[in-house]
Amino acid sequence: MPHSDDLDIRITDSSLRDGSHAKGHQFDETMVRSVVRALDGAGVPVIEVTHGDGLGGSSFNYGFSAVDERVLLKAAVDEARRAKIAALMLPGVGTMDDVRFLADTGVAVIRIATHCTEADIAIQHFGLARDLRLETVGFLMMAHSQPPEVLADQAVIMAEAGCQCVYVVDSAGAMVLEEVSDRVAAVLAALGGRGPGGERVEVGFHGHENLALGIANTVFAIRAGATQIDGCTRRFGAGAGNTPTEALAAVCEKLGIRTGIDVLAAIDAAEDVVRPVMDGECKLDRLALIMGYAGVYSSFLRHAYRAAERYGVSGADILLECGRRKLVGGQEDQIIDIAVGLAARSPGAGAVAAAR
Amino acid sequence: MTTTPAAIVGSGNIGTDLMFKLLRSGVLDLRYVVGVDPASEGLALARANGVEASAEGVDWLLARPDLPEVVFEATSAAIHAANAPRYLAAGIRAVDLTPAAVGPYVIPPVNLHEHLGAMNVNMVTCGGQATIPMVHAVSRVVPVPYAEIVATVASRSAGPGTRHNIDEFTRTTASAVEVLGGAERGKAIIVLNPAEPPLIMRDTIFCAVPDDADERAIETSVDEVVAEVRSYVPGYRLTQRPQFDPAPPGGGYARVAIFVEVEGAGDYLPPYSGNLDIMTAAAAKVGEAMAAAPRAEVTA
Repeated sequence: MPHSDDLDIRITDSSLRDGSHAKGHQFDETMVRSVVRALDGAGVPVIEVTHGDGLGGSSFNYGFSAVDERVLLKAAVDEARRAKIAALMLPGVGTMDDVRFLADTGVAVIRIATHCTEADIAIQHFGLARDLRLETVGFLMMAHSQPPEVLADQAVIMAEAGCQCVYVVDSAGAMVLEEVSDRVAAVLAALGGRGPGGERVEVGFHGHENLALGIANTVFAIRAGATQIDGCTRRFGAGAGNTPTEALAAVCEKLGIRTGIDVLAAIDAAEDVVRPVMDGECKLDRLALIMGYAGVYSSFLRHAYRAAERYGVSGADILLECGRRKLVGGQEDQIIDIAVGLAARSPGAGAVAAAR
Repeated sequence: MTTTPAAIVGSGNIGTDLMFKLLRSGVLDLRYVVGVDPASEGLALARANGVEASAEGVDWLLARPDLPEVVFEATSAAIHAANAPRYLAAGIRAVDLTPAAVGPYVIPPVNLHEHLGAMNVNMVTCGGQATIPMVHAVSRVVPVPYAEIVATVASRSAGPGTRHNIDEFTRTTASAVEVLGGAERGKAIIVLNPAEPPLIMRDTIFCAVPDDADERAIETSVDEVVAEVRSYVPGYRLTQRPQFDPAPPGGGYARVAIFVEVEGAGDYLPPYSGNLDIMTAAAAKVGEAMAAAPRAEVTA
């Protein structure tokens, strides 16, 4: 079943949210306005704008925002002509006051994210969002870490709480092809396409490039029935970046999947508008690949680089230890703990750290 | 030495873990455990340990000919809000382990002695008990314009009360980081991790400090407060030495980061549930101190 009469899938561009990780949360209002204008002009239907870790994410733990995300969201709403503006929140970080702010500001879509076994911590936030007439999306993060049937049960919790589209979120960029389609299919089957009151519930997919599979995984998700898809223009996101929106639009056009996006306009936006905002290209380098390989939350990348430098230890060792400890999204603090521990166990590294 | 009669209301995980701690008390005499579910394991364990137990709730408790002098509330915020006036009317002092916050917050190393005469005290949250002592340790040495705590607990240790009102945790903890921790502005983050075997509770405390802060003095203060907490939670420990970072070049705060692990005593709940152990251990300590102190005049 298509997303709507006009669109087979609806793409949400998260450059201004997931890209916040790659930008060290240093977006300003000019950048947000220019990117929203370009993506809106290219026909991107939904544009997400928030601190990388969602509303309230500005912190020691995740990095302080250069500009309050509430200012950036107001600018995005003001700039968008056709596109809906979306915002992310993680219960435990953001609060219901943030949900109320979105409704007051004219943000159309709230995306509420939990680790993929903890959906019930979002029940009250979905309820409030629906009361405030926000469109709701639920994120089951680190979806590679659980089998399809667990995700399906968690998706039902979200749907029953009022979530209108449950995303299978490959936060670590660790999933490979059928691992995506099996999970999307299981969630779709469990939801039966319907939530409470017979309301339609969609399934979405959010992919990263840590194993260089963003587009391929997304096509598998679409073929399994996902009708909402995330991309980031020029891959501007955490880890090795996200499924590139402009390439996804091109691939979909070739496959006859309607996205509503003008491919050439999206390509121009990527090159002329988004790339200048980025500090550098999102690369599939050693640490990014290890994240996909070891199943580590993509936004840990910059934190791992920083801790490796600060303590004179190997970034790869940090990420492998993150995987071994089974850290989930939000535990950025433990990266420091790990790096200090590695430095203490390695006299050479300790000397480097002490000499700094 | 005479003992003070006490009761626990709430026979779930927290109430039952608290029961085992109170049974060891030389100050409090645990007389009653009250629940609402006749099939509750907690009530059965109470009876097996010689404590009178009932599933008929607070009505039963308040109808006892010998009332307790101290009651520990291990139910929910809504239930405690309803029970608190009844305890007060009966002249019973309440140690509230729910987030209801009817009475003032108490964190033992910070203000154990400040409210000993109060009729109702609140134990904040598990994350607050684990982290606010560290904020206090820093703020008594240098001004702390901002403090942020990150609590990670095992999914299995987060009960339905926490899960269905996680905002209550972040709000209450952040507020107590300011009120008791001594930070001008507080923020709290909670993360649930489902790893198996379950992880032991981890907490990180970030405090903004002045650029020229005396690092040695802060470390000494932190070590002293850790020792105080260990006197009632032996499994409380630093995983690393405090880490100091200067303010970033573009502006912002210099900071100290303190890394804590809380392993529970394993009285009833498993050792990984340090978050629950530190609540019950702190509540027991506060209850004992209240029992030993004269009570304030009862005012409505």
